[in-house]
Amino acid sequence: MISAETRPRIASKARLRYDRKTERTMLLYPEKGLVLNPTATEIAKLCTGEHTVAAIVAQLAARYGKEASAIEREVMSFLGALADRGLLQEAE
Amino acid sequence: MKEGIRPYTLVAELTYRCPLRCSYCSNPIDWAKRKNELDTDGWKRVFREAEDLGVVGLNLTGGEPILRKDLEQLIGEARRLDLYTNLITSGIPLSRERLAKFRAAGLDNVQVSVQDVSAKESDRIAGLESFEKKLEVCAWVKELGMPLTLNVVLHRDNLGHVAEIVALAERLKADRLELANTQYLGWALVNRRALLPTREQLEAARKVAAAARKRLLGKMEVLFVTPDYYTDYPKSCMDGWGRRFIVVSPEGLVLPCHAAHTLPGLKFENVREHSLAAIWTESTGFNAFRGEAWMPEPCRSCDKRAVDFGGCRCQAYHLTGNAAATDPTCTLAPSHALIETARGEALAGEAPPLRYRSVRIAAAR
Repeated sequence: MISAETRPRIASKARLRYDRKTERTMLLYPEKGLVLNPTATEIAKLCTGEHTVAAIVAQLAARYGKEASAIEREVMSFLGALADRGLLQEAE
Repeated sequence: MKEGIRPYTLVAELTYRCPLRCSYCSNPIDWAKRKNELDTDGWKRVFREAEDLGVVGLNLTGGEPILRKDLEQLIGEARRLDLYTNLITSGIPLSRERLAKFRAAGLDNVQVSVQDVSAKESDRIAGLESFEKKLEVCAWVKELGMPLTLNVVLHRDNLGHVAEIVALAERLKADRLELANTQYLGWALVNRRALLPTREQLEAARKVAAAARKRLLGKMEVLFVTPDYYTDYPKSCMDGWGRRFIVVSPEGLVLPCHAAHTLPGLKFENVREHSLAAIWTESTGFNAFRGEAWMPEPCRSCDKRAVDFGGCRCQAYHLTGNAAATDPTCTLAPSHALIETARGEALAGEAPPLRYRSVRIAAAR
């Protein structure tokens, strides 16, 4: 389960790539890819295994001047979607 | 062509040569006659033009792509273009040093196939002593810090081993396990009676895979691709004809799928003569089954037509003789009895011996 203390890390098989055609960032992995919206892109870039979910939420809330609770909902929903696809790796 | 259609994935079939002789190989049955492979610069140009069209992912496959002496260079070019590059290999013949070069050149993922969970059975299917070597290659992939996909093509003789296959993948620390049921085209269609499982076998294997998928979420992705002979509706072959994929054959032929050149009456172009962009938009072969205008009933008025795109054109042709027919695996298809008959044969058991992908058979045809 993902909690505020989880340090999410994108699975090593996946990587981000900027797509000129859509001007969006894609998360690519074997045989598939996801087109990310700007917020998801910012979240994904922070999923390095170093930052806790709480830290990611705080950082994005500060950057966008939004309430932490709204950002937290977005972060949890995106991380849940990644986890369902096996794109989050558990810390070793 | 419709506005906005862009390819996402380039499947580069670098060579048809392969030391293995798998009896379900999807390469052309006359592969041995084809010798005129694209050179290094030819492939690099294909990669550049594909990226320019919108391609973001590259599958390096074959035959056996590591037989190309220039594979390091090709991976390097793919990396320069920031393509997500997946090497699809048997791991034979490969050294740890060369694999390290692939990694240094920027390879993103390595997919190794094994044919079963024991050397005896795996080697029987591959027609070559290869299993132990493949496991060694898998270990190198992980030691070198690369993501590993383990691929196993499933059929009657190994569907009962899915639990052991999962355990093998866990032992190898695979990031992804692809349990892909045989597609009954090419050599697999020749050998269908010996390969097609029963529904009971399939259901049992599917349950094992589903449990493993749940248990291993976050550690290893487990995919189970059901054979369309046992689904109610066809699969969306290649995500639709000419919609997302470009396949380039070893000789430079540009195709919507790797078997499209087996369909009669369709014209496909070569990258030696035309740009990839011109072929993607203008090729009559690519446009033949794009959109819905080509569809017969029951596809044309079916509410699933934008989901499965009428299924697989090659399967339609090889089973019914008409590439524009509804895929016979669809329960609504007029020719669906062909599939029921094949399933009946699988139930009856007593399969003929496997015929291996070989030069001899190719020459005899």
